[in-house]
Amino acid sequence: MDDPVIRVRGLATRFGDHVVHEGLDLDVGRGEILGVIGGSGTGKSVLLRQIVGLLEPAEGEIEVLGQPVRDTSPEEFRDLRRRWGVMFQGGALFSSLSVRENVEAPMREQMDLPDDLRRKLAAIKVRMVGLPDDAMDKPPSALSGGMRKRAGFARAIALDPEIVFLDEPTAGLDPIGAAALDVLVRQLRDALGLTVFLVTHDLDTLHAICDRVAVLAERRVLATGTLDELRDLRHEWLQAYLGGPRGRAARGEP
Amino acid sequence: MSGIDLRIADGTLHLSGDLSIAHVGTVAAPEDGTVARIELSQVARLDTAGAWLVLDLAQRFGDVPVSGATAPQNDLIETVRRNLPPDVQPPERHTLRNLLIRLGHAVWDTGREALALTAFLGQVVAEILRLLRHPGRLRVTSMVHHMQATGLDAVPIVVLMSFLIGVVVAFQGSTQLEQFGAEIFVVDLIAISVLRELGILLTAIIVAGRSASAFTAAIGSMKMREEIDALRALGLDPITVLVAPRILALVLMLPILCILANVAGLTGGAMMAWMDLGIAPAAFAERIATQIGPWHLAVGLIKAPVFALIVGVVGCRNGLRVGGDAESLGAQTSAAVVASIFLVIVADAVFSVFFAVVGV
Repeated sequence: MDDPVIRVRGLATRFGDHVVHEGLDLDVGRGEILGVIGGSGTGKSVLLRQIVGLLEPAEGEIEVLGQPVRDTSPEEFRDLRRRWGVMFQGGALFSSLSVRENVEAPMREQMDLPDDLRRKLAAIKVRMVGLPDDAMDKPPSALSGGMRKRAGFARAIALDPEIVFLDEPTAGLDPIGAAALDVLVRQLRDALGLTVFLVTHDLDTLHAICDRVAVLAERRVLATGTLDELRDLRHEWLQAYLGGPRGRAARGEP
Repeated sequence: MSGIDLRIADGTLHLSGDLSIAHVGTVAAPEDGTVARIELSQVARLDTAGAWLVLDLAQRFGDVPVSGATAPQNDLIETVRRNLPPDVQPPERHTLRNLLIRLGHAVWDTGREALALTAFLGQVVAEILRLLRHPGRLRVTSMVHHMQATGLDAVPIVVLMSFLIGVVVAFQGSTQLEQFGAEIFVVDLIAISVLRELGILLTAIIVAGRSASAFTAAIGSMKMREEIDALRALGLDPITVLVAPRILALVLMLPILCILANVAGLTGGAMMAWMDLGIAPAAFAERIATQIGPWHLAVGLIKAPVFALIVGVVGCRNGLRVGGDAESLGAQTSAAVVASIFLVIVADAVFSVFFAVVGV
């Protein structure tokens, strides 16, 4: 890969004596949808949090859009942070704000926009993620889980970022809602030229939208590649994951 | 390249530069001139906000065509066009009418709330009576835990506050009574005010601040995490499991706290009377024993369980009213403290009238 937008080198993570990552390398290319998979406790969400600067790794370099995430001045980091959006597992909407205000929040904090323009752009984003108009002024507690995820996604793309990080976007959604969210992610990738870093357990999502898949195992990125390439790898966990009944079903095999 | 350039030539609006969210807010739309086409071939970058700007300009000049965009840019413009929100009319403002409507809602809600609280009190009392008949169903461990949290842990603050209040009452009383040469009556003043009112009222207020808020927060966060629903699904009544042990613990502990508060208040008063007026502690005790009837102590202690019931019921009830979000947890917690202190003082006033009528 010539010009990765995310570049991780030699990453090590330890929680006390517990080593999560050791010598982890990862590249994400521009405009691709990368799915990150791995067993429970392999540090998928931890990796995501480290890349967006919420967690400090023990060692290693992380570069996003050519700029270091660690050891950078607060101003530079703020400018860099503006260029990505994060959607957390539960949507992580601010409970005291309405859906529209949630989507407006990044614009309000990081941009100097006139009020009516901000309202209008937020409304476009809310409609883009497929939420009905009457959801706009509701508090997050009045939304279903799927709608909350969509609203979280709308907030993540509020500033038209170059990269979005999605943590388990389809977990806990019904199959229809999950499929719709998959389609939405791909549509917006095509429309906005997003790079998507996606942590997931959802085999259907991996099949439907991921260009490449990175497997976290044995404290590092065991392999990256398309699902077909990964299927040929001889690794116990990977075989159980992709070759198990659900893995075969997602592929349309008996 | 930064910023957006608009140039009109030969009926064509040429847009160039960075049509992104950072710059769209600064664009001043041209007021005059007729435009038949919008040309985007010079645009370096286009995002959702830029696409909206293009659509907005096109509409302003009478739905003129847009040309020169690359295929992805066109897709984005189309996506935004599909998702343009309908123009919303700002809601009309009728300040006076809204004020009246809000007042009406507030009155109605207060009435309903009083009714609901009474119904909850009934449920709790019924449950406690059931527990008296079947003591085996009582959650003893839970009750003892809450007795420690609401009673034992509150002892230092209750004792300290009462002691200081005794000091204050003695000091204020002595300066006034000295003028009449009636120093000895400071003992009556301290004993009656501490035993009848101050001891129990201050204790109840402290307990309302500590325990009503703790009950609401604990039960409320269980409600938020669906633990209450899980209890119900297991066939357990939240009132039996969560509410009754808390309220019983409070009803048992508040009289004990009240006695400790009385002792501390009298000690503080006696100490101040000794230092300020030279009334020896033995003389202080002697006067209390001979002049102050047991009813003054009884009046304070009779009120204690009632206040405990008020604090416990309000705290638990507000916890069960918490909705799904963090905001309502905070609102219910502060409402629980305010409402329980208010209701305690109202009940105290009712008791004062009652005791005056029956003459004790």
